[in-house]
Amino acid sequence: MAIQQWFYALPFRLRSLFSRKELDQELKDELRDHLELQIEENLARGMSAEDARSSALRALGGLTQTEEQCRDARGVNTIQNFSQDLRYGLRQLRRSPGFSALAILCLTLGIGANAAVFSWVEGILVRPYPLVSHQERLAAVAGTVGDERDEMSWPDLLDLQRSCTLCETLFLSSITGATLSIGEHAEVATGSIVSANYFDAIGVHPILGRGFEAGEDTGRNAHPVVVISYHLWQTRFKGDSEIIGKTQHFDNVAHTIIGVAPEWFYGTFVGRSMEFWVPASMAEVFGGKLEDRGARWAEAYVRLKPGVTRNQAQEEISAIAARLQAEYPATNRGRGIKLWPLWQTPFNHAGELLPIFEIMVVVAMFVLLIVCANVSNLLLVRTFARRQEMTVRLAIGAGRGRLLRQLITEGLLLSACGAAGGMLVAYWCRHALVLLFRVRGGKALYLPGQIDGRVLGLSAAICLVVTLAVGLVPAFQTRHLALAETLKTEASAVMGGRGRAWFRSSLVVFQVSLSFILLVGATLLMQSMHKIRSTSPGFSAPRVLDTSIPLAAAGYAAPRARTFQDELIQRVRTLPGVEAAAYARVVPLGYQNYSSTPIAFDGYEPQPNEQPTAEYNEVGPDYFATMGIPLISGREFTRVDDENAPRVAIVNQTMVARYWRGQTPIGQRLQVKGNWVQVVGVAKDSKYYSMDETPRPFFYVPLRQYFAVEPDIHIRTTLPVQAMVAALTREVRALDPGLALYDTIALQEQVDRAISAQLVAVTLVAILGGLALLLASIGLYGLMSYTVSRSSRELGLRMALGAGASKILRMVISRGLALTSGGALLGSLAALALNRSLAGYLYNVSPRDPLAFASGFAVMMFMALTSCLLPAWRATHTDPARALRE
Amino acid sequence: MSKPSDLVQGTLDMLILKILALGSLNGWAIGQRLKQISSDVLQVSDGSLYPALHKLEQQGWISAQWKSSANNRRSRFYSVTRLGRKQLEKEADDWTRLSAAISAIVKLEEV
Repeated sequence: MAIQQWFYALPFRLRSLFSRKELDQELKDELRDHLELQIEENLARGMSAEDARSSALRALGGLTQTEEQCRDARGVNTIQNFSQDLRYGLRQLRRSPGFSALAILCLTLGIGANAAVFSWVEGILVRPYPLVSHQERLAAVAGTVGDERDEMSWPDLLDLQRSCTLCETLFLSSITGATLSIGEHAEVATGSIVSANYFDAIGVHPILGRGFEAGEDTGRNAHPVVVISYHLWQTRFKGDSEIIGKTQHFDNVAHTIIGVAPEWFYGTFVGRSMEFWVPASMAEVFGGKLEDRGARWAEAYVRLKPGVTRNQAQEEISAIAARLQAEYPATNRGRGIKLWPLWQTPFNHAGELLPIFEIMVVVAMFVLLIVCANVSNLLLVRTFARRQEMTVRLAIGAGRGRLLRQLITEGLLLSACGAAGGMLVAYWCRHALVLLFRVRGGKALYLPGQIDGRVLGLSAAICLVVTLAVGLVPAFQTRHLALAETLKTEASAVMGGRGRAWFRSSLVVFQVSLSFILLVGATLLMQSMHKIRSTSPGFSAPRVLDTSIPLAAAGYAAPRARTFQDELIQRVRTLPGVEAAAYARVVPLGYQNYSSTPIAFDGYEPQPNEQPTAEYNEVGPDYFATMGIPLISGREFTRVDDENAPRVAIVNQTMVARYWRGQTPIGQRLQVKGNWVQVVGVAKDSKYYSMDETPRPFFYVPLRQYFAVEPDIHIRTTLPVQAMVAALTREVRALDPGLALYDTIALQEQVDRAISAQLVAVTLVAILGGLALLLASIGLYGLMSYTVSRSSRELGLRMALGAGASKILRMVISRGLALTSGGALLGSLAALALNRSLAGYLYNVSPRDPLAFASGFAVMMFMALTSCLLPAWRATHTDPARALRE
Repeated sequence: MSKPSDLVQGTLDMLILKILALGSLNGWAIGQRLKQISSDVLQVSDGSLYPALHKLEQQGWISAQWKSSANNRRSRFYSVTRLGRKQLEKEADDWTRLSAAISAIVKLEEV
């Protein structure tokens, strides 16, 4: 209909919809008016009063019919029919509450699982940063060395910012931590080092004060200013409205608070909410370096210009990286720059969550399919019970189209209830992911799902598809309704008879095969999980505790900190229950980055475009004993290796294999940050960042020679955490009553956290796999009890002819088992076909692992047996006499 | 909806639009006028007139209003909208073309 026509027609249509009564009255009035006029005319022609009236009525062709036709012409009936169907559908649902509840529950679970997963994907991967504008054009920027990712340096980023023409904007956003002391209380806050354009680039404006001004990211330590989060403002500063212009110490450097970020802004880091933002000029306070092109600490994002693809931008950026290599070979040789889509951002949790979501999306879809099959089956049973009703409606003249519409309306009703429930499930599950990830000190990651228009739209689409799936199946079946036959008698079925039952049976087989795939997948993931857990991290985590003391915040400079560290470690070593203790700057498998340096060796000639680099940890005496990292040769660091002694290092096996070709390196030289140091030991490889990483070159240097004020202290002890913390706090207070401990964690917790992504995947798949199994068993149970009740005549006959209870039992159960094995067989074929895509998620487990398949099969069979028992038992209690009489 | 069998399909709409284009009328009068103008050749039953009127109203081609007529009775009077006039022109053109073509065919000399 043309727009112009709508202009005229719309008011009328709206009236048809909303003032139906009024319009009906008007119609009646109009026709009455017509009749009166016609009767007058007829009287004037000389008819008798009675003839005049009946002739007028005849001419109109029946008052009611004409009224009805007028309503049809107005298109009111479509809507009326729909509301009629809806009311009727509701009545149907109320009449069989058990069925309705079961169907709606199934749909709620199916749609809810999907909505929850998509809300996570939306909130964590697609648009992870609340309030940040145009996230669809954001991409993460990171450096590369060969195939490995690395951080970037600030000068490189500035060059990139200047030269990239396809990027609308580039901004720095590096995660950092700082000690805040407010009054007596010291605590650690997570924040970001950002470029001055940060707040403008992301379109977020502080609610108090201002963002950073151009130039505030230049000049080393020149601009000690900070924007704090709403949360920090509310909790630490009690929502002080005069906060702007006040100073606050971050890592012992006074910063002026210039702004407060909006309430729902959490920064640009997946998994953590930021508490403060400082400009890049202050990088040195927070572990970065401003002017050093070789110091790589920066993490950044670009926003592409509209219409520019990531590949186009990547080409330009690669060219810039190549130019930087040529210009600054000393620092940039072999280094590239790469763009990553937001959901693969390598320097936050997005990348490690991606595989979980890939699995989850597929699994949720599987569950939805199973749910659809299940509900279709339930509806089929009911349609069969309603055959009589349908046939009667057909017989008194309902069109088949009308019946179809009725069935679809009922399907829509069910799926709409399911979708509403599903949204509730998704809403409750928004923060569920956080529960599965435990982080240091019980502090949770920030991983919210987001229910926005797209998630709602997707759920609505799923709801419609489900409606069609569950509504059309019974409609398809009513197609065969034969009027006379159905009206005459309820035909009785035969156990295992063919006929229409094949369709329901194949639905059950379909469900069984899908849940079998999920079951096998869950088992494989569990095996993989077990493998990862039993993989040694290369150090012995149990009984090692780890904590640190906020010396920097307390104003300790290097010499004083050295004395404090020495005295404390002496005291700790003599505590009862302590086996060993040592300092190290970085805890393995944590979020802190190791130091990184270009390295050189005697007798190793790097390739022309190779710049060997390695990461290292600064560790104190006894570190290897405390951590349980075996030394293959050479010696451990001792107290002798201090700032006055010759510089030394301990390297790992991979480094020996790569740069000394397996020759013993002890006594050889290694260049670290331009200084030559002597290798004194070789340590076994261990895991540094993650449990499934490949071995990498790594080395250790003495803490005393590469000093850090605030290292972590590792303690191997037989004491429980609480007792150890109490004892340690006592010792710290004895040295300086003004000091407290940071959170203490068991190293094992750190290891567990490192595999938490896999743990989450396993947990979720196991939950949904269990759900699928439950649904499949409901489906099988429904089918079997239905078959039994439908074939009571046959069962009665068999019993009358002498079949024993055990025979009947076997008959019913074997049919259930046959269906299940069929499903499991199909499922195994599908699972085998899928194994290539599954392999990527598994660690040291074959996707064809026979144990997983066998146990899946066993569980499936057990499920089948239990769901067939009750129907089978009922079958044996068929009363032959009654069954035959009916 | 039943259509008058002796009326070419679709022409009823055009006839109603044409009659209303000459002035607004109530349903009864439209029926009378139809018979009058066509000298009783076109028999439109009252039963099919009203659904047709409601359909035209639904499409926005005519509009209706309750008005008092001369002898002080209230009737529902229909009149053509601007859109309806356009539609009438179009249908009239179509009709002229079609009837010319058909009469030309009918007048062909049989060999």
